[in-house]
Amino acid sequence: MSKTITIKQGLNINLQGEAEKIIAEVEAGHYAIKPIDFHGVFPKLLVHEGDKVKAGTQIFYDKYRDNIKFSSPVSGTVKEIRRGAKRALLEVSIEADAEQSFIDFGIADPNSIKREAIVEKMLESGVWPVIRQRPYTVIANPNDEPKAIFISGFDSAPLGVDFDLIVHGQGEAFQAGVDALKKLTPGIVHLNLPAGDANSKVFTNSKNVQINFFKGPHPAGNIGTQINKLDPINKGEVVWHLKPQEVLTIGRLFLEGRFNAERIIALTGSEVIKPRYFKTKIGASIAEIVKENVIEGNVRYISGNALTGRKIDKVGFVGFFDNLITVIPEGDYYEFFGWALPGFGKFSFSKSFPTFLNGKNKKFRLNTNLHGGERAFVMTGEMEKVFPFDIYPMQLIKSIMVEDIDAMEQLGIYEIDEEDFALVEYIDTSKTEIQAIVRKGIDAMRKEMS
Amino acid sequence: MKALRNIIDNIKPQFEKGGKFSYLQSTFEAFETFLYVPNHTTKLGSHIRDHIDMKRTMSVVVIALIPALLFGMWNVGYQHNLSHGEAAGIIDNFLFGLIKVLPIVVVSYGVGLGIEFIFAQFRGHEVNEGFLVSGMLIPLLVPPDTPLWMVAIATAFAVIIGKEVFGGTGMNILNPALTARAFLFFAYPSDMSGDKVWIAEKADAYSGATPLGNLLTNQPFETLPSASDMFWGFIPGSIGETSTFLILVGAVILLLTGIGSWRIMLSVFVGGFGLATLFNFIGPYVAPDNAYMALPAYYHLIMGGFAFGAVFMATDPVSASQTNKGKWIYGILIGVMAVLIRVLNPAYPEGMMLAILLMNVFAPLIDHYVVEGNIKKRMKRAKLASA
Repeated sequence: MSKTITIKQGLNINLQGEAEKIIAEVEAGHYAIKPIDFHGVFPKLLVHEGDKVKAGTQIFYDKYRDNIKFSSPVSGTVKEIRRGAKRALLEVSIEADAEQSFIDFGIADPNSIKREAIVEKMLESGVWPVIRQRPYTVIANPNDEPKAIFISGFDSAPLGVDFDLIVHGQGEAFQAGVDALKKLTPGIVHLNLPAGDANSKVFTNSKNVQINFFKGPHPAGNIGTQINKLDPINKGEVVWHLKPQEVLTIGRLFLEGRFNAERIIALTGSEVIKPRYFKTKIGASIAEIVKENVIEGNVRYISGNALTGRKIDKVGFVGFFDNLITVIPEGDYYEFFGWALPGFGKFSFSKSFPTFLNGKNKKFRLNTNLHGGERAFVMTGEMEKVFPFDIYPMQLIKSIMVEDIDAMEQLGIYEIDEEDFALVEYIDTSKTEIQAIVRKGIDAMRKEMS
Repeated sequence: MKALRNIIDNIKPQFEKGGKFSYLQSTFEAFETFLYVPNHTTKLGSHIRDHIDMKRTMSVVVIALIPALLFGMWNVGYQHNLSHGEAAGIIDNFLFGLIKVLPIVVVSYGVGLGIEFIFAQFRGHEVNEGFLVSGMLIPLLVPPDTPLWMVAIATAFAVIIGKEVFGGTGMNILNPALTARAFLFFAYPSDMSGDKVWIAEKADAYSGATPLGNLLTNQPFETLPSASDMFWGFIPGSIGETSTFLILVGAVILLLTGIGSWRIMLSVFVGGFGLATLFNFIGPYVAPDNAYMALPAYYHLIMGGFAFGAVFMATDPVSASQTNKGKWIYGILIGVMAVLIRVLNPAYPEGMMLAILLMNVFAPLIDHYVVEGNIKKRMKRAKLASA
């Protein structure tokens, strides 16, 4: 039964540089898989520099869960295996062949094969890591039976992508993906869409799912918000979640019999000359995408959105789960009496700047300045205004800071991920690095429970 | 501006670690960040951050206090001249008050910030802006004739014992400004109560008692100033507390900017008004000679420090309840306790200070039970799911 859920707490941050609804083709040339994209994975390499790989060739696997394997998104040559401090594997980059070749995993109809066969095919092809689980936001454990699977069909984050555009014409692959997912859970596959929009037929016509509608500001599109409102996670329970493009990847595995890592990503942000969509593959190098399309100056390239993304180099690679690149100005400047002047045109959630008089639709060019110094928590009640969970955010954060495992569990750590705290971190007057604290708590909890 | 920035950049290394004046690093930083929002950029987590910071937040509160401060200065002069039977213009009244009040403000800020700077340097922290508000609140809470040395001692007590021993701004249990007020009240009672202290350099023959003082001594109702005088603030009292109207102007600033909690403000007024109304009804039956019982309920809200406490003291986010539900309970209990102390306690004419301090102490307990409720709900849900 479909539901409409209204989110009251939250904040839409309107940034300049929304992607125009045009999809350009780009040959990125280089692709990379970065272990850092997968929380809790200890990579064991299977290739060497100079090895020839096909799309679907396994690159590394997880030391502690060796059935979870990660495959090359393209065929080509392993160009570089980059390591960081303590020889931690940072990224495996692959130079793509002009002519792409794929490993054949065999076509199958997910409706007519068993769960084990579906899991097996996804694990072998390296498609499995597209499914993540809560609690802990790590790659799903194939042996678990999740109580439900959630797909968020929209992105409410700043400059979030338009999934209707991305899935356009992909109805068959989406349905095949959903069918496969349906076999993985005894429960419901939830597909969550924005209320009031003309949603893509690909979504609205899909079967084997329960469609739910969400109304309200960001984080209405966050999977954590949706799970909390539809079917909150209790201790011991597991749910799985994906984004639409990840469902397409699963669908294509069954329709085409290969790891088709195609992704449509948006290049967005105030510093982009022509923000638009690009058709490329998982882990694409952004070098070709941003070439001659970014305003000169000191800018920050972010894989993902401005709230939760990861800073990357201008020749870096898009993250495994990311659908967009955001380019915003760096904020390493001093501002004379910046805190004291009236501050017309400065975007703030608080109404201590007169900017709120401009209405809700003005778009802003925000930079990476912290806008103040780090302090102890003083203000109360502001976090709750952008945090739609039935959870006390500040109390949970404090329990993590003092490493009180019992309190974390009682206060609801199983239900949350750091991205759920991104807005809390954004509005926080004390400039605390809340997402990092939350991740620390989640990791501590996972360690405790393993 | 460029030149100023260059000067700062030039001298900065001397204040950093290993520099000649490294023992003044926190102080230097405080002045530097006062002039310039620093060039720090986000390292982890969200790449963009809101423009609000602690300086902005605290300065909004200071701005909200200014109407009450300016009126307080004028009223100090007005009450003085009134007691002497002299007619004086607005400017004369204001200047008299300015000369009385400004030194108190300077002493409060000087002593408090001095201690804050020293502690920040010891801890290797940046100086926290919390005292910008406390330093303004303390002068507004004291009678106009308070000797400056008392202000200095009380401020030092509040900052060190009330705040820094707990770890500084954000960690304190009691509201620092009220701690200073309570210290004065209990250490120097003769200078903080009675009918001598509320008017600066009062003429001897003139009665200088506050309306609350009159009630405590069971003087007839008719001796009270009119409700409109009390609302607008033409009465003796602590410097900032008299004008309910200008306190409400401050409240509007706090509420519009979202910096003060409307839940607390509203619930304090509701709690106080509610109990006072109850007393009105039961007064004739239980205590016919208690003039205070029969006092119309709305008088409580415009007399003494009630409004000032509700708007500026109870809403201190650090010492108040932190949960939204807790804020309702906390606020209502402050209103109730304040009226309870005023009406039923024979020793203290005013109950607001003690009510807020008492609830400061209980705020963590209130929060504990509110959060406990949330935890129970989650456990119940888990049980249902596994059943």
